[in-house]
Amino acid sequence: MRFAVVVFPGSNCDRDMYHAAKDALGEEATLVWYQEESLAGYDAILIPGGFSYGDYLRCGAMASTSPIVRSLREEAENGTPILGVCNGFQILLEAGLLPGALLRNKQLKFLCHYETLIVQNNQTQFTSLYEENEAIQIPIAHGEGNYYCDDETLQQLKRNNQIVFTYQNNPNGSVSDIAGIINEQGNVLGMMPHPERATESILGSEDGLKLFKSMLVNWRDQYAKNA
Amino acid sequence: MLKTLEPSPEVVEKETHYREMGLSDEEYQLIKDILGRRPNFTETGIFSVMWSEHCSYKTSKPLLSRFPTDGPQVIQGPGEGAGIVDIGDGQAVAFKIESHNHPSAVEPYQGAATGVGGIIRDIFSMGARPIASLNSLRFGPLTTGRVKYLFEEVVHGIAGYGNCVGVPTVGGEIQFDPCYEGNPLVNAMSVGLIDQKDIQKGIAKGEGNTVLYVGSKTGRDGIHGATFASEDLSEDSESKRSNVQVGDPFMEKLLIEACLEAIHSDALVGMQDMGAAGLTSSASEMASKAGMGMEMNLDLIPQREENMTAYEMMLSESQERMLLVVEKGREQEIVDIFKKYSLDAVNVGHVTSDNQFRLLHNGEVVCDIPVDNLAEDAPVYHKPSKVPDYYKTFQAMPNYEPVVQDTNEMLSRLLQQPTIASKEYVYDQYDSMVQANTVFAPGSDAAVIRIRDYDKSIAITTDCNSRYIYLDPEVGGKIAVAEACRNIVATGAKPLALTDGLNFGNPDKPEVFWQMEKSVDGMSQASLALDAPVISGNVSLYNESNQQAIYPTPVVGMVGLHRSTEDITPSTFRQTGDVIIQIGDTKPEFGGSELQFLLEGDYFGKAPSIDLEVEKRRQAQLLESIQSGLVQSAHDLSEGGLAVGLAESLFTEGQLGAYVQLEGDPTSLLFSESQSRFVVSVKPDDVEAFLEKNEDARVIGRVTNDAMLTVELNQERAIDQSVKELEKQWKGAIPCLVNSKG
Repeated sequence: MRFAVVVFPGSNCDRDMYHAAKDALGEEATLVWYQEESLAGYDAILIPGGFSYGDYLRCGAMASTSPIVRSLREEAENGTPILGVCNGFQILLEAGLLPGALLRNKQLKFLCHYETLIVQNNQTQFTSLYEENEAIQIPIAHGEGNYYCDDETLQQLKRNNQIVFTYQNNPNGSVSDIAGIINEQGNVLGMMPHPERATESILGSEDGLKLFKSMLVNWRDQYAKNA
Repeated sequence: MLKTLEPSPEVVEKETHYREMGLSDEEYQLIKDILGRRPNFTETGIFSVMWSEHCSYKTSKPLLSRFPTDGPQVIQGPGEGAGIVDIGDGQAVAFKIESHNHPSAVEPYQGAATGVGGIIRDIFSMGARPIASLNSLRFGPLTTGRVKYLFEEVVHGIAGYGNCVGVPTVGGEIQFDPCYEGNPLVNAMSVGLIDQKDIQKGIAKGEGNTVLYVGSKTGRDGIHGATFASEDLSEDSESKRSNVQVGDPFMEKLLIEACLEAIHSDALVGMQDMGAAGLTSSASEMASKAGMGMEMNLDLIPQREENMTAYEMMLSESQERMLLVVEKGREQEIVDIFKKYSLDAVNVGHVTSDNQFRLLHNGEVVCDIPVDNLAEDAPVYHKPSKVPDYYKTFQAMPNYEPVVQDTNEMLSRLLQQPTIASKEYVYDQYDSMVQANTVFAPGSDAAVIRIRDYDKSIAITTDCNSRYIYLDPEVGGKIAVAEACRNIVATGAKPLALTDGLNFGNPDKPEVFWQMEKSVDGMSQASLALDAPVISGNVSLYNESNQQAIYPTPVVGMVGLHRSTEDITPSTFRQTGDVIIQIGDTKPEFGGSELQFLLEGDYFGKAPSIDLEVEKRRQAQLLESIQSGLVQSAHDLSEGGLAVGLAESLFTEGQLGAYVQLEGDPTSLLFSESQSRFVVSVKPDDVEAFLEKNEDARVIGRVTNDAMLTVELNQERAIDQSVKELEKQWKGAIPCLVNSKG
């Protein structure tokens, strides 16, 4: 399976994402600089965390207008699996590929520690190897991870089962404890916690690896179907 | 066009403008002798920053030469941007600590942020990728609004910069004492990983080679920052707010990536960051180290503001700038790398063979100085030294031996002392895990970072109990180094080397100079005995406010190596049934202890004693036991003594408890801060083998599953507390103080 890891100026979890796909999962991964035009030909696209453009203007706002995001939109429409983590999630929201917005954490401080997430929806290509309602340990590291959307959007997210992960103990004030959501089509997942940091036991948790493994398993199934 | 009028050389001399820049009459005379004429305004400014304590170490040099700096593991000792040690497999680790005290006292957010940024640049200018940051912080008691503001903003500054730049902040320490109230300390340490073949040096070799300026544009911020750092803080310091630089971590992140790409080009000759004294120090040091000269045209310097003078450009400490020397004719190869990251890379001059530092501006030569005199020949001062009266008084005092009646209550109170209490409130704000290599995040005895693709890891710590050093600088200096080694060893690593962040008061006072001398002696002895040479460091003097000096605070930053990641040992107990063992004996030693401060509101008497031979033996035997797989957990005993050490070993939010039995003087056994001690846990089957290897060890109890800390002393319950309750008190203390009104 070929993963693309998109690198914006100021991305700083790009290598972590690369190693998660390449070393922990054992698949192919390529770092793709934001000035490149196309993301075609990859089996999945990973948008890493960090501080693209130094978070200037608004987290993810400037990155969402860069040339490669045009190609990202096309791939989203084509059904290519896309995972955005932390700043990657912020970019997906700014690009309009997912609904809602991220506000500053309720305590107005950056927070970095392990959180317990509950897998709300294991019927996605990113979460199929988790049990429903499974509690998993994944670190967070963000200053603006307080997910917000209006009531109508929230009802829609609930109705369509688009809420994929919630926090067991809401750390940042997110609406309905939301930690991660997926688009209606089911191929674009955005989440604040960092699964790529939880792929090896030496780092404290392997719970994030199942997310990448789920992507691999579903890609294989898809591949077999199409073959 | 508006033009700033600068005083003529004659006026600089007549009106003694050089004094405002920090030069003494004698130094000014020396400059005149070197040049054979009066220096102009720009040249005077350039000399004043290069000859400031911050850049020249003119006061501390005679002391620094006492440090042991060699060892088979040392690849680069003091003198470059950072020291470098061998970690095997063709790899090396570069590290250094640096102070940013004065800027943080007047503008805490930017002062701390640019401290982090500056030390990270020192690391990647050597060609190393920064992999970890640590901070050693000192504040006054968290009781006044001003101190809370400084504390909160320093932490925000470290977080704001460090998180964005993508280097995990993995550890450090924080102490609170009244002497730091007006003069907080902010020392930042950075650690980088490098393949030995890629090591870069800041040298300007090769006549005709091109000097490239890269990174942010030059503005008027930070002018005379190095001089500001070399005088006492006073009421006027507030007016120096504009001397504080402003950081841009996004720019730094781009610079890191571009510079680390550039080191793989053989067109690059040398690279140095523009830190203290900005363009002046980077350019003149690179030329002087290579035995060459340099000529730069200041009209070409990228400028953020209009009508900047040569003086302003040369003394600006604008952040996120680097100076590169590139092979003539191959500039474009390097420029293209920086272009990819949308960074300026501008040809501003060339290397010359006449050993002169020559600057042109608006078609005129504005500076023409022999570069070696500038970079190497600052006068060296041998300051007078005098034993302070307080020291004589403390030494003559009878041993301070308090008696604690309610040991349960005392343990709770100690755990809530800010220096002992959990610093979770602080490190929760730092991204400690980015780069996905952090095995032990802040809160452990030492941070542990694994080396990707190899079965090894490094342990990193900063330590300095300045109370002991105040009571007895020589003994305290030994303890600072020994404690850092102890923290490294407790994680299962062997200490490799250290970096020193020497923070003292005004060295013109003989009593302060005596403190410097003695603590350097103590550190040197321990460094030699424990085989941890000093490979880099920084000196910050004049840490005084309202005539009151800080405690002598020579911070030790240390790096150690685990042979294998299997040796990594946690500081907390792991499972029920394990046997608890104490290494080392306890004496009634309370001088400088947390208990003394709690009971008496002050520190006095003698510092705890330390025998370096005993220290060495205990560390070696424990390390060997860890490497033989005999140890489940190991924690060094420090502030608060055994009682606090046991409690800390249980703070895992789990169900573990401990049952301990002791015989002897209760207050000493529980709260003394005797040195060279550890508390470890061992599986029952391994106890015999462990005791055989560790001659100063004895069984004191066992790990239980009742979530209670129970200590029987002379057959009586001395401590009987719920671990959950203790942990709550320990974690709640700092947030409670910060959020309380006042």
